[in-house]
Amino acid sequence: MNVSTSRNFKANAAEQLANETLRGALEKSKGHFTGGRATAAANLPEFEALRDEARDLKNHAIEHLDFYLEAYEEKVLESGGHVHWARTAEDARNIVLEICRSVNAKAVNKGKSMIAEECNINEMLEENGIRPVETDLGEYIIQLRGETPSHIIAPAVHLTKGQVEESFRENHTHLDPDRVLEEPPTLLDEARTVLREKYFQAEVGITGANLLIAETGSSIIVTNEGNGDLSQLIPKVHIVLASIEKVVPTLEDAATILRVLARSATGQEFSSYTTLSTGPKRADDPDGPEQYHVILLDNGRSDMLGTEFQDMLRCIRCGACMNHCPVYQSVGGHAYGWVYPGPMGSVLTPGLIGVDEAGHLPNASSFCGRCEEVCPVRIPLPKLMRHWREQEFEKHLSPGAARVGLGLWAFVAKRPKLYQLMTGLQMRLLGRMGRKRGRLSSVPLAGGWTKYRDLPAPEGRTFQSRWKSGERPA
Amino acid sequence: MSKDQVLSSVRRSLGRAGPVDDDMAAKLRAGIAGHARNIVPARTDLDDAGLVDLFQEMAEKVFATVTRVSDMSEVPGAVGDYLRSENLPSQIVMAPDETLDAAPWDDNALLEIRRGAPVEADQVSVTSAPVAVAETGTLAMFSGPDHPATLNFMPETHVVVLPAGRVVKSYEDVFDAVRAQMIDPESGRDGLPPRTVNFVTGPSRSGDIEQTLLLGAHGPRRLHIVIVEDGAPTAGDEQQDG
Repeated sequence: MNVSTSRNFKANAAEQLANETLRGALEKSKGHFTGGRATAAANLPEFEALRDEARDLKNHAIEHLDFYLEAYEEKVLESGGHVHWARTAEDARNIVLEICRSVNAKAVNKGKSMIAEECNINEMLEENGIRPVETDLGEYIIQLRGETPSHIIAPAVHLTKGQVEESFRENHTHLDPDRVLEEPPTLLDEARTVLREKYFQAEVGITGANLLIAETGSSIIVTNEGNGDLSQLIPKVHIVLASIEKVVPTLEDAATILRVLARSATGQEFSSYTTLSTGPKRADDPDGPEQYHVILLDNGRSDMLGTEFQDMLRCIRCGACMNHCPVYQSVGGHAYGWVYPGPMGSVLTPGLIGVDEAGHLPNASSFCGRCEEVCPVRIPLPKLMRHWREQEFEKHLSPGAARVGLGLWAFVAKRPKLYQLMTGLQMRLLGRMGRKRGRLSSVPLAGGWTKYRDLPAPEGRTFQSRWKSGERPA
Repeated sequence: MSKDQVLSSVRRSLGRAGPVDDDMAAKLRAGIAGHARNIVPARTDLDDAGLVDLFQEMAEKVFATVTRVSDMSEVPGAVGDYLRSENLPSQIVMAPDETLDAAPWDDNALLEIRRGAPVEADQVSVTSAPVAVAETGTLAMFSGPDHPATLNFMPETHVVVLPAGRVVKSYEDVFDAVRAQMIDPESGRDGLPPRTVNFVTGPSRSGDIEQTLLLGAHGPRRLHIVIVEDGAPTAGDEQQDG
């Protein structure tokens, strides 16, 4: 399912831009997330200081990652759990399959996990005759539709309630076809009822992890629905899929991350459920899983350490960058063509699957800087995208026309006299062309740009010539 | 071995040939053992009564409902009143914990009570909470023989009995309560935290359909908290100055 189509970003984006349903869905979500975050940040005077602290403690953990991973593993083992190390997505798939087979699993309940998406766990399970059941409402909806998540915390943000209704009618064929199913509450009730039965059928529950705690060997998941908790408490085996950079030293460090996570993500002060899990159920516990497995996935992350992209490993997957990104909000998550969309995906994806595959993504930015402004761990996302652009250019991966254009621009930009002459001529020409309407609906060589909007016609001289003649802002 | 490959790749990228040196390892271990607190928001710089008020305010903001009673003798009545007012069944599955034992449940003949873990058919659960966080109106529950974790998630309605003295300021205070339990020889836990520590902030919710806020996605639709003003404090409380 998650074969990358990042290479086709431009075509993907063009297709999504023409999708009116997507427009409507994204329009509805936009203010919800950005407004929520702004309010939550304003309600906590310490928010900016917490962001600094979160950045610093993640940096510390990453710089001593090998130490904290081993400390964490030791504690998991002490608590009776198992730790599996996976170098690649394939390793992770094999480990999951082996565990499922060891208990003859027929069905697996899944809490929302981006690492599971990265590793194509569902596809692998299906190929091996094991039924994966997504229990997060958004994930369940897209599983029914055979789609992938378009957002890291709101996987079905690209869909309208009408599309959800359509999928439920198509799949829940045991229910009365004449039932009323229009509004979100009735859709939720139906999903709750259908999924409730499934919780009790699975032998294995898979969740992700927002954090791993070296101090105690605990994994933490943060959810609003409670599906992750039912998924891990009812089956007899709990598998945690986590990437290596999720480990932090102490519970206190986890508290700092948790204080910025929900506020940045949904604007909540704290998510409904934050759950610490440590090992399998104790001998006298009346419920909980008999086995607890953690799979620690590298899959390219250790290669990002020590490079200019190390900062990206601080990411806590809140989704604030995509919620605030004008490009994501226009093209939606699927255009990015792989698991991680938006600005964080534009930086992470080339790191994980290669710049030759995903080199278009870092170009999908106007460098407005909103992503960096709202990132709870202050990842300099625009700067990192620029690094990828440089690499793309150096590797001669960017298209010929762009390279020739950049070369011409550089030639002119290095010669100020020529630059001023040319821009001055251009202004006059464009100004004359657009004199009547004050704007231009097509410009030679810029057809792609003017296809979606008009170019305002220049009104007078260039900035540089006005500055030179002594003009200053009032 | 995958483990060695991952670790050596991490070390190579960090510019080290092997593990951190002994001095650094000792320093990092001391950091873990010391588990120093980071910034804790000042909004909880309040006296005990202020903390309980803040807890209630924050919990209500996230759609929990809260009532207060003066002591444990009033709890069964308050639970019964709540269930009646919401038109909910009077069959209850209740945690087998000591805090709840202290309430005179037999006085309320209308309630049908079973103690233990829930089954699919159960509609209402009643538990206590060993500790609660004023900062965000968050309950903290520790799994164990006296508190099946599924009670927090399976039934549609979760009623939580919370002695007021158990309201603490921050998550950090809860972690100290967890650690106190880990070293308590009577807990029989062998230095381990509870299998599951659940922080619960309001009822279950989802925004996955057009960002419409809906309650009761998979966990409880309703979270009702009965604060007992004269309730016994938790064992972890002695730890919480500082």
